[in-house]
Amino acid sequence: MVERGDQAMHPLLEVNGVTLQYKTPRHLVTATYQVDFSVHQGDRYVILGPSGCGKSTLLKSVGGFMPPVEGNIRIRGRDIVAPGPDRMMVFQEFEQLMPWKTVFQNVLFPMSVTRKFSATEARERANAAIDKVKLSEFHNIYPHMLSGGMKMRVAIARAMALEPDILLMDEPFAALDALTRRTMQQELLALWDQLRFTVLFVTHSIEEAIIVGSRILVMSPHPGRVRAELDTGNLGFGNIDQVEFGTMSKRIHGLLFGDELHRAGTLEEVTA
Amino acid sequence: MTVNLKTNPASAAHRPEFEIEPTDAITVGDVERPLGFIERVVNNEGAQRLAILLVLIAVWQTYALWLNNSLLFPSFTETVRTFWGDILNGELVNRTVTSLRTLALGYVLGLALAAILTTFAVASTIGTRILSTLTAMFNPLPAIALLPLALIWFGLGTPSMVFVIIHSVLWAVSLNTLSGFRSVPETLRMSGRNVGLKGARYVALILIPAAFPSILSGLKIGWAFAWRTLVAAELVFGVSSRSGGIGWYIFEARNDLDTATVFSGLLTVILIGLFVESVIFRAIEARTVNLWGMQR
Repeated sequence: MVERGDQAMHPLLEVNGVTLQYKTPRHLVTATYQVDFSVHQGDRYVILGPSGCGKSTLLKSVGGFMPPVEGNIRIRGRDIVAPGPDRMMVFQEFEQLMPWKTVFQNVLFPMSVTRKFSATEARERANAAIDKVKLSEFHNIYPHMLSGGMKMRVAIARAMALEPDILLMDEPFAALDALTRRTMQQELLALWDQLRFTVLFVTHSIEEAIIVGSRILVMSPHPGRVRAELDTGNLGFGNIDQVEFGTMSKRIHGLLFGDELHRAGTLEEVTA
Repeated sequence: MTVNLKTNPASAAHRPEFEIEPTDAITVGDVERPLGFIERVVNNEGAQRLAILLVLIAVWQTYALWLNNSLLFPSFTETVRTFWGDILNGELVNRTVTSLRTLALGYVLGLALAAILTTFAVASTIGTRILSTLTAMFNPLPAIALLPLALIWFGLGTPSMVFVIIHSVLWAVSLNTLSGFRSVPETLRMSGRNVGLKGARYVALILIPAAFPSILSGLKIGWAFAWRTLVAAELVFGVSSRSGGIGWYIFEARNDLDTATVFSGLLTVILIGLFVESVIFRAIEARTVNLWGMQR
């Protein structure tokens, strides 16, 4: 209880009143408006929302790729000003791997660039990370020979081998087929059980949010604002067929589409 | 009120559910087998190219024998005899070495300048504008058209040659490299910057390998332009130095109405072109872009 209180006082990541804007050739788009949330050590923090709620933009901003127009983002109390290896990103696209490097070289790359570990230690860590994502057989294979799920595993291994403060995942499983996605979700949770890293995970799937997340930030679109923050630490694959899971799913659904359902509801009553 | 869509008892009776135990794949037979020798030879790119060459040689020889006029069109055998003789007496070798030495100098200097220009171009927007304006201006300008100017500036000899070769390499390579840099996927750029790469290291570790297919095709185009320009320039003024290049060899032979020697000079130009393209560049491709799956 004391530890919890202590953590609450010093969150790992603090996002305070962040407004993000970007320019398209013709418009100035406000992606998020005064968003507040904080992520604690060991959280599986999921940002959930429909497209247009600025969740990916928010993640990029945490990654240091986009400075906020208003508000601030702090990691371990320091302001985020630029991209850095303390916040490793895993993207949705398979192009994030370097096609000119093998699986092993890809995983090793961030460690050799940042020189966070000695050469021998980096090699050991890369091997261990590849083992963890079950790709030991594909050590010397170039990414173009791998399936989508395997590429994603390499990206995750690469990010985790560096031991960042926080892992930023931008809809990492969205480009995978449904069965592979399910496997990857299970593997991510198994890895978390072993390593207890902190992850900030963006998704637009309610089911994925409940399974993967221990806390869910529900956002509403145009511009992105916080709608709710929910605790789903007790929900996962184990209770996917149980009432609590369904209730939570319905509750989130209500938060996301509440207004539209209300309107649709009156329409249904008429047809019934 | 509730309509159950999933089960329809009437049709379920006709189509019972079933499961089959998985069997061992060995019983299937040919899951994977090595290809036979003939199959591999037929599919081999080298073998296919060789076959095309043999057909061309056969056509050449037949036509020359039918025409029977070695002043206009010497046969393949006659050309090869001259070619071999000039290699043995060292003349052709000397000429080729002279040409290739000039070529290498111009090519390397051209690449160095292209590297400087494109680095400047990726570093700043004004650099990009400068490079795209310069390439738009000079890329369509034939290097040979600059030769008279080069003669005024640098006189007869190697410096003029090097100048026109640089001109023919520089713009092709810069243009390809820049467009290669521009087409590097955003995700790849971000994953490079994510680990804190900036400036020269970012260019060297992310942009250059990611744009390598374009850079390589720029190198190939640059090489072909340079080789062409060099031979053409030598035809114009190999006169200066006693040891002219391969272009001068062709020009001299034409003056003597020695068509077989002209052909043997042209054959040398072609053979060197083929060697660079299908041995040197092919080897680079096999070790890089093909291995990385960036190009088929």
